[in-house]
Amino acid sequence: MKNLDSVFAAYLIGWAVFFVFYLTIAKRTANLRAELARLKNSLPRPK
Amino acid sequence: MAKRILLAFVAIALVVAGAYASFFVAPTERTMGLIQRIFYFHVGSAWAGMDAFFVCFIANLLYVWRREPQYDSLGVSCAEVGLVLTTVVLITGPIWAHPVWGIWWTWDARLTATFVLWLLYVSYLLLRSLIEEADRRALHSALFGIFAFIDVPLVFFSIRWWRGMHPKPVVMGDPGSGLDPTMNKVFFFNVLAMHVLAAFLIVERYLLEQMTHDVADLRQEVEAQ
Repeated sequence: MKNLDSVFAAYLIGWAVFFVFYLTIAKRTANLRAELARLKNSLPRPK
Repeated sequence: MAKRILLAFVAIALVVAGAYASFFVAPTERTMGLIQRIFYFHVGSAWAGMDAFFVCFIANLLYVWRREPQYDSLGVSCAEVGLVLTTVVLITGPIWAHPVWGIWWTWDARLTATFVLWLLYVSYLLLRSLIEEADRRALHSALFGIFAFIDVPLVFFSIRWWRGMHPKPVVMGDPGSGLDPTMNKVFFFNVLAMHVLAAFLIVERYLLEQMTHDVADLRQEVEAQ
């Protein structure tokens, strides 16, 4: 079982990179959604 | 929305199944032992990354030709996802290299070309962040993206053209090279898994970019009133 820890480390770090990237996309999307809602509210409503 | 959730589910299922196959289905390599199992994840990520950069290159060419903003959105989405995949390659590579070569890194042709590729796409994203005007940003980054793609074939052929520490290709390599049939199946399954994961991330990033354009348009509308 030599180097098993290195194999696990490679897979875990790799998955963490993908997960963090996905989280940044989700966070940026949530921020933009909030901004979009704020801008829509600031537009005058049609009568 | 349902299609995006389905794609996410398929991507995660394939990546997990790919990892399971790498650990429990593929036989242990005779000389390197367990550490060789990084190969499936490392090379799968590398191929998916290079394909993301290829789609970015096509999107950049289409933007320069037709000046339609969706090609700019596709270009930046693929560049970011390609960069993330290349980051994984640059992390998993040294973890594999250390027990085998006795060093984490060497300025071998393949490693150097991959590092330069990573730097080029970091520069592509930096360039975008420095230009405020949307059309100028899209055109300049598309031209830079076309230039940056020159390094992708260099990365691919570096282990065929020059001798170095990095192993010669075992897939699509010289006559006599190749993988054990089970390793081959596990390898191509992982390549598929990483491509589906890349497709999912590109779709998510593309939708984010479209939303950025919507916000910019609406902001202009609000400011004009």
